[in-house]
Amino acid sequence: MIQTFRERRSLRIAGLMGPGAFWLVVFFLIPLLIMAVISFLSRDQFGFPAPPFTLQNYQDIVKDIRFNPSISLEGGLTVRLFDGLYLELFWRSIWLSLVSTIITLLIAFPVALFMSRLSRRYRNLALFLVMIPFWTNFLVRTYALQFILRGNGPINTLLRALGLEPLDLLFTPTAVMIGLVYGNLPFMILPLYTSLEKFDWTMIEAANDLGANTLRAFQRVMLPLISPGLVAGSILTFVPAIGSYITVELMGGGRTNMIGYAIAQQFSASVNWPFGSAMSLLMMIIVTIAAVLYFRSGRGEQRAVL
Amino acid sequence: MPYRFRIITSVASPVFERNRGRQFSIPEAGALSDFAVEMRDVSKVFGDVVAVDHVSMGIRQKEFFALLGPSGCGKTTSLRMIAGFERPTSGEIYIDGKAMGSTPPFHRNVNTVFQSYALFPHMTVEQNVGFGLEMKGVSRSEIVRRVGEALELVRLPQLAKRYPRQMSGGQQQRVALARALVNRPKVLLLDEPLGALDAKLRKEMQIELKTLQREVGITFVFVTHDQEEALTMSDRIAVFSKGKVLQIGTPLEIYERPTTRFVADFIGETNFLEGKVKEVNGEFARVVVNGDRSFVGRAMEGVRPGIDATVSVRPEKVQLIEQPDGSPNCYEVQVHSIAYVGSDTRVLVLLGSNQLGVWEQNTVSTLDPNYFFKPGEKAWLTFRPENALVLAQ
Ligand SMILES: Nc1ncnc2c1ncn2[C@@H]1O[C@H](COP(=O)(O)OP(=O)(O)OP(=O)(O)O)[C@@H](O)[C@H]1O
Ligand SMILES: [Mg+2]
Repeated sequence: MIQTFRERRSLRIAGLMGPGAFWLVVFFLIPLLIMAVISFLSRDQFGFPAPPFTLQNYQDIVKDIRFNPSISLEGGLTVRLFDGLYLELFWRSIWLSLVSTIITLLIAFPVALFMSRLSRRYRNLALFLVMIPFWTNFLVRTYALQFILRGNGPINTLLRALGLEPLDLLFTPTAVMIGLVYGNLPFMILPLYTSLEKFDWTMIEAANDLGANTLRAFQRVMLPLISPGLVAGSILTFVPAIGSYITVELMGGGRTNMIGYAIAQQFSASVNWPFGSAMSLLMMIIVTIAAVLYFRSGRGEQRAVL
Repeated sequence: MPYRFRIITSVASPVFERNRGRQFSIPEAGALSDFAVEMRDVSKVFGDVVAVDHVSMGIRQKEFFALLGPSGCGKTTSLRMIAGFERPTSGEIYIDGKAMGSTPPFHRNVNTVFQSYALFPHMTVEQNVGFGLEMKGVSRSEIVRRVGEALELVRLPQLAKRYPRQMSGGQQQRVALARALVNRPKVLLLDEPLGALDAKLRKEMQIELKTLQREVGITFVFVTHDQEEALTMSDRIAVFSKGKVLQIGTPLEIYERPTTRFVADFIGETNFLEGKVKEVNGEFARVVVNGDRSFVGRAMEGVRPGIDATVSVRPEKVQLIEQPDGSPNCYEVQVHSIAYVGSDTRVLVLLGSNQLGVWEQNTVSTLDPNYFFKPGEKAWLTFRPENALVLAQ
């Protein structure tokens, strides 16, 4: 009797999971497998995947990495052990994404904090305002941003009107950074806000009461307790940043290359699907490892919070 | 003081015996002031709400001091100002003789036990209790030692590795207590710390808390809206109403000599008879009620002939008898209803338009229903003038 009940229960759970599992398999797992297979194929004369199986694509990436220690003072002290086009591409992508995540976090935190302290009515209004950008297509919004940063756009018009030197913003790494931060801001604000809204401020009072000043109370009590939102927001910002294509294309004009953009080019201009797939897979592995490590770092605290 | 003696003996529990030998008292650092905490003319205004209204009180060293009053009367606000979470709008708070001004909470030698306990959910019991010492930069080994000591004091050493959510309300309450006490503060502030506990556990914790306070020798300021709790636990009580302190005194003083009608009404049960003061004769005053009957009681502050006044007499101090006894407060009444509650019989009688409660202790063991008064019966009500108070209104 109990057995059948249990069985029925697990059946019901399987039933509930069914649609989600189906979706994941069809739209996530299968394409991923196809991509993995392609990354081990050669290409035909049009650049499309074709047999035989080969490790060539991965070798091309790895072979490119040379041991070449160097120290330069250009742009601050730079110490390099390795050298290589793709290595640099990966490294630059990770670095830019990391910086953009940190900038996004620094902007999003005060906003989310402010929102969480509003009265219920204004809180919902603020949430609505944060979500408004989603009403418009991202591509259109990026064009709008491009227009703002342009040589004769509003910013430079204003600077000229104030008698200041106009800035050459568009198609620079700075423009890419602005684009990344702009695009990812809501994805950082929303999870942070969710954590902050649940945050019990008597925790800060308790910490103060026990001798912790504002900074210590923040470090030891607030930060761990809002870490779920912090981790979620960072991952939701970091991962799309690494793979970003539209922003790199429109804001950087292709001059600040990032891995996502490079991969897209393998599939379009260069027509080298196997090589693009290999790069994608490699990037996915790197990002996954980074995300797992990051999750781990906040896990002990999260377990206590959830 | 026989009353105090009785409290002490009733409090001697096994816990008390077990912990008696342990050294857990603050070093005698030459008290600077008679008062551990002093509020001088302190007010706190939130927008158009006056939460605390010109409150002055001195809480003595090592005293168990209760702030008692109905909801919204400013108890929590007063406590939060002492802790440093709120700044007084006007007036000054002194801790150990030092004016606090805008000293932040982390520089005040007081600790708080929050009503919701406010334990850090991401830290174990041990880490919670050690937090204050860690902030003070106490060495690792010293922290371990003192945390162990504090957990033993609240009888929870076996739960050191647990997280707060893995514990019952009573256990969390003890952890909150240990977390505050481990810092050996000058003053411990407790905001309805027993409010979330069920009745039985609450009674137990009342005794334990009282024992603990004696043991550690720290001044406790205890917020409660439960008058019985305040009476049984405190050395002195401050009764609050609408942001003002109406009376400060020992439980005995507060119960037996309330100076205002509000305090008489809020603490325990009481009968009120309203009228005009006819004459004041030394310690006593005569009040005419409804133009015909007069009652004599102790004249409290401000009672003068001709003013409106209330005679206040506790139901356990009134008797019902069959023949008049010649007391000035003896009148014939009609029994309205009776309630047998085991230890007492609570009788409601009608005296003209007034209803009075009379509680008779059941000192005789009987099954005879005729032993008790019955509704509709006539009887004589009496109480002695020294057992009644005449309060100026
Ligand atoms: N931060 C605040 N902002 C506005 N009004 C407040 C604030 N804190 C307290 N008050 C008001 O001040 C008054 C006193 O509040 P307080 O919390 O001190 O009451 P209390 O005696 O602790 O009551 P309770 O027994 O219900 O806890 C109340 O009218 C309350 O609404
Ligand atoms: Mg309160």
